[in-house]
Formats: sequence, C-alpha cells, structure tokens
Amino acid sequence: MTAALRFKDLTLGYDRHPAVHHLTGEVAQGALLAVCGPNGGGKSTLLKGIVGALQPIGGSVERVSCGEREIAYLPQAADIDRSFPVNVFDLVAMGHWRSVGWFGGLSRAQRARVFEAIAAVGLEGFEDRPIGTLSGGQMQRVLFARLLLQDSPVILLDEPFNAIDQRTVTELLALVDRWRREGRTVVVVLHDFDLVRRVFPETLLLARETVAWGRTQDVLAPENLLSARRMVEAFDREAHECERAA
Amino acid sequence: MLFDLLVAPFVEFEFMRRALVGAWALALSGAPLGVFLLLRRMSLTGDAMAHAILPGAAVGYLVAGLSLPAMTLGGLAAGLSVALLAGLVTRVTALREDASLAGFYLISLALGVTILSLRGSSVDLLHVLFGNVLALDEPTLLLLAGVSTLTLLALAVGYRALAMETLDPGFLASVSRLGAPAQMVFLGLVVLNLVAGFHALGTLLAVGIMILPAASARLWSADITRMTVIAAAIGLVASWVGLLASYRLSLPPGPLIILVAGLAHVASMLFGRAGGWLRRLSPRRHLEA
Repeated sequence: MTAALRFKDLTLGYDRHPAVHHLTGEVAQGALLAVCGPNGGGKSTLLKGIVGALQPIGGSVERVSCGEREIAYLPQAADIDRSFPVNVFDLVAMGHWRSVGWFGGLSRAQRARVFEAIAAVGLEGFEDRPIGTLSGGQMQRVLFARLLLQDSPVILLDEPFNAIDQRTVTELLALVDRWRREGRTVVVVLHDFDLVRRVFPETLLLARETVAWGRTQDVLAPENLLSARRMVEAFDREAHECERAA
Repeated sequence: MLFDLLVAPFVEFEFMRRALVGAWALALSGAPLGVFLLLRRMSLTGDAMAHAILPGAAVGYLVAGLSLPAMTLGGLAAGLSVALLAGLVTRVTALREDASLAGFYLISLALGVTILSLRGSSVDLLHVLFGNVLALDEPTLLLLAGVSTLTLLALAVGYRALAMETLDPGFLASVSRLGAPAQMVFLGLVVLNLVAGFHALGTLLAVGIMILPAASARLWSADITRMTVIAAAIGLVASWVGLLASYRLSLPPGPLIILVAGLAHVASMLFGRAGGWLRRLSPRRHLEA
C-alpha cells in the first residue's frame, strides 16, 4: 500500500507547547481515516499541519499524493464573511480556482459541473441565493459542493457534522463514501464514536500523543478511550524542554 | 439657463475644467477601492492611512516647500510604511490590526502637524490638510490621471483574487499563495490614491471620495459590480456639483465635494432600496414560502 501522507516524528504546537507530540505514521492512499480524541488533543492542529497552515516545530509531514495547496481542506469554523454579497453558484465555483486562476472564465463544461455539485449536495434551485440567507446546514452543503469541485486526491474535514441535522449528515456521508470509492484519501475529525464505528474502517485516537492508530474497533476499545480521557489538557507552564530523541 | 447653471463655469474657466478632470479621476478609481474597503470592513483603516500620509508629505514640504514630487514621494513612503508596519505589528505583537493602525495614525498626525509648523504658515497647513483642487497644475493632473489608470488596471487584474481573499481568506490561502500579495497590492493602491488625492482634497478628506460613495452604493445594491458602478456615479456627480457649489458660493471646493457626497450618503441611508431606513418602515407582507 502506498502512502498519501507520511508523518515522521511530527510535533506541532503553539508557543513551543506541543499540541501534537511526536506523531509517526502513514495514511494510505484511498484510506478513510477518522481522527478522534478529547478537546485540545491536537486533532484540528494535525489537519492545519497537513495543509501547511502551521509549520512543524519538530519532525515533518510528507505529502506524497499532491502538493500542500492541492489538498482540499474544510476547516472547523471556516472564516467566511457571510455578509459578503455572493451567491451559492459563485461560492461553489471558487472550487474551480486551480483550473481557472486569476482570469479564466468558466467553460460550459465547468459551469455544468458547478450545477452538478450543487445538485449533488441537494441544493438544486439555490444557485442564485445569497449566502447570507442560508442556514448552517445549507452552508455546510455548499462548502461540500465546493470540495467536490476541487477534485483533490486528499480531502481533510474538521468536524464537518457539528450542529448538522441527521438527514444532512446522512447525505453528506454519502459524498464521503463516494470519495472513498473514487480512491481519494479522506481524513475526518469526528466526535461521534457511533458514527465512526459505523462508517470509518480506520481511526487515529489522538490525545496530544498517539493513543492508538489502526482498525476502528481495536482503537475505540474502552481502555484506549480511558487513557485518552486522562490527557492533561492545560499546558504545563513549567514544562522542561522535550529531550525525546527524534 | 440650465447650461449656464451646470456647464458654463467649466467652459469659461480652465482651472474649473482641470479641477473637474482631477476630481473625476479620483472618483473613478476611488469607487472600486472604497467598495472593497467597505466589504473588508476597513473603512476606518482607509481613514487611518490617510492620516498616516501627513508626516511624509510634511517632510517633503520641509525639504522642498510646496513641491509636487517631494510631497508625493514623502507621502507615498509614509503611507506604505504605515501600511506595512501595521501588518507587521499585527503579526509580531499581541495587538490586533485596528489597534496598531490607530496607534500609527495618531503618532503620524501629531508628527505631521508638528513638522509642518516648523516652517510653514497656517495657509500651507490648510493646503496640506484640505488640498486645493482649484490649483491643479499640469504635472499634478497627470499624476492624478496616471494613478487612476494604474489603479483601474491593477484592480481589473487582481479582482478575483481580492474578492476571494475578502470572502474566504482561509480558502484562498489553502489553494494559492496569492492571498497575501493581493492584500498588499490592494493596500498599496489605497495609499497611492490617497497620496494623489491629497493634492486635490487634502490628506484629511481624500479618503472621503472613496468611502462615502461606496457606503452609499451599498444601500442601493448588494451586488459588487453594481455597487462599484453606483459608487463611481455618485463620486462623479458629487465632484461636479461640489465644484459648481464652490464656484457659486465662493467656498473651498474640497469640503464641498465631500459634503455633496455626504448628502448623497444621507439620502441613501433614508431612501436606499437595499437596506435604507424607509424600506424598514414600510415592510411588505411576507410571502407564502
């Protein structure tokens, strides 16, 4: 199995305090990986490290499948200005950036793909709606449609189903499944263990350090969850410099 | 009759024609810049940067008197360094951008007025603070037209990147390295227009021809393209009417141009179809679905 992402003794953090500490491992191409763990366990930090928004303070991330700017990434709280005057069609069409760039117009085929993506997330007829009028769940569908257009081999989702109703979750999960079948690598940060057990074959349990990484049913065993819960959340102000060998 | 009222002064006097062309150049490039400042919630940033230009222009004045190149270069240097420094301070200290900008512009304003009073008369001080659109000579006019042309061309090139950077900076950063440069070029254009504008309207009012038309346009439409067109139209009409009023009433032109734009702004707040006050007073019945 070839790797899509490779972490080598990766440490990510803020102000020298590690949030992800000495992570080593590989995400295989075509993997469907859930990342679970307590708040402050470094899940979102790991995704930021993968897309290069955060530079490692130790070790490295190797992106095998594609460059860091080709990865499709849906942050936990996208900093989208909802009052910006733009409609659903144009926001989704941003997913074409890589092929149209600064000037390029959308070809007929590309416009058709925007309509397809909007239909695929169940928002047919919303094309002309300003984004300020959408509900939280509808907005999340729009962002998934944009991810569809990005057509990336690696897709990272950070808690994509927070405050989203059951029906929307089911429909968006169908898209995740479609990506898996297309051979894309999908990494999703999630809290809902039932959902993880049902859908995700592989899980990384992260509590700053790796607690366990492997088949979901093994990783989400009671003893692992217990040790993840014991993670001390606060930074130790008096922490010494980490001496662990790289 | 109508011709006498609206057009005659411009036919009769060359300085009126120059003033009109200069003000129109500023209004045209100011409109799209103002719309983006507004959308990026940077209306007050523009104001702060206008103040920041003052000490640079003042140093130019100290060195060379009321000289166009010296004051322009000085203003440009001061404006760009404050724009850069404010960004830098935000990144390397705990201050947010609004606080660092406010700090810089207060220092700049105090410094600028002090430097000016080292040498100049209060007439010169008034000239720098409020400009003199009726005294535009050939080189100044060329500067205004050149800056306006450059601005419109640069915005045409960077429009998509800038719009995306405004709407969803995180997404643009994840797909391209253009976000930061687009932002810097945009701030550079704002400074350039403010520096050009201070010859006509003064450092304190130059930002008015950007912000007032754009803020008014937002009350008539929520579409960026339409907003830009409406803002440009308001700026052009305000320049024209303001100059006429200045001619008829023998009052300084800079403040009158901004006042006319201000009138348009008040009218837009009252009657604007996209968010004006009267629209709220007379809501229509809600729809079935």
